[in-house]
Amino acid sequence: MLQNFINAYSPDNLRYLFGGLGITLLVSVISIIGSFIIGAILGIIRYVKIKYVSAIVGVVIDVIRNLPLILILFFTYFGLPNLGVKPEIIPAAILAMTIFESTMLAEIVRSGIQAVDSGQMEGARANGLTYWQGLWYIVLPQALVKMIPAIVSQFISLVKDTSLATIILLPEMLFRSQIIYGQNTNYIIPMFVAIAAMYFVVCYLLSLLARHLEKRQA
Amino acid sequence: MISIFQNYGGTLLYGLGQTLLCSLIALVLSLIIGTFFALLEESPSKLARGIARVYIEIFRNIPLLVITMFFFVVFPLYVVKMNGFTAGTIGLTLYTSSFIAETVRAGIKSVDPGQMEGARANGLSFWQSMRYIVLPQAFRYVIPPLGNQFVNLVKNSSTLAFVGGFDLMYQGNVIASSSLQTIAAYSAIGVLYLVITLPISYYMRYLEKRLA
Repeated sequence: MLQNFINAYSPDNLRYLFGGLGITLLVSVISIIGSFIIGAILGIIRYVKIKYVSAIVGVVIDVIRNLPLILILFFTYFGLPNLGVKPEIIPAAILAMTIFESTMLAEIVRSGIQAVDSGQMEGARANGLTYWQGLWYIVLPQALVKMIPAIVSQFISLVKDTSLATIILLPEMLFRSQIIYGQNTNYIIPMFVAIAAMYFVVCYLLSLLARHLEKRQA
Repeated sequence: MISIFQNYGGTLLYGLGQTLLCSLIALVLSLIIGTFFALLEESPSKLARGIARVYIEIFRNIPLLVITMFFFVVFPLYVVKMNGFTAGTIGLTLYTSSFIAETVRAGIKSVDPGQMEGARANGLSFWQSMRYIVLPQAFRYVIPPLGNQFVNLVKNSSTLAFVGGFDLMYQGNVIASSSLQTIAAYSAIGVLYLVITLPISYYMRYLEKRLA
């Protein structure tokens, strides 16, 4: 058994697995940045209550939030080619993650803005700023600070959810571990231990960060 | 999309049934396990708190799919044979129980500590006070987040498709490849997922507002 572990963790295999971790992190980081931008726009639209537009955006957000991410992955990777667009695997994964996560972030942004004392906006208006100036210079910077712990938590989900993209053959950790133990079944347990440990370390450290940020605010 | 419902109604219904069955089993089991670990975390014993912490952190921070694949791939080799549905349901239960433990613990924390002190002062033991005084009050706060966990469960049950669990997602793939109407097939199962998840989400939002 021990020999299996030693053989399974050969430098080549480890390098291959860590490459998978790199892809996991690459997809997660790009997706969280993309979803933050889109989520912020959607969240602000939801908050400022533009007639009809905000309601429609709200429905779209609710629909996407309540679908499984795997389904959205299938839509982007297997559905889009039917519409004449054939995305590569990594862009397809990033697109699906971004669509899904931006709806989560929209809700985080909206509740972050709502958590800012309404006196802030009133004060800004009283000092001669327009509504949008007040939102941009006074309310949003304060809301952003309040949102950060929730965004870090959402990033943890995103890192874990990246494993679902094995279904469209994204070469991340889980996928690569399957390739390694596919060649030698003795490596199954060592591979599961390795990827579970890698996911755990990344996500646990991030959760400590989220908790620390939350405490500092309270 | 309508033709998908007409031609594959039985398949879709069967998938929907499997998805609901697995979600309900996982909900009940993870509620029991989650509450158990939440109580351990609040117990006076340091060892019990440590065990609960380790359990919760492990299953929170490892992807659901890795847990499910572990039961699907490793268990049959070394322990006991199990089909995809069982492996998927066990994975879902363990993963969700860690989130439910955190939810229930937050609920216990939101009950005024005076309740526990009062119960203890009236001669109840720690566990009696928990069981009869604190938990019944805690569950009132916990219902909306638990409902949201159930929505997540239904969505996450789509991981059964990876292990041949015959759930809605799995049937969607079967239909997509046999009908060649990819978008229509995925839209059809999307609608069925929403039929379950949207009403629960909206109802929980309503409950949250009422409790606040």
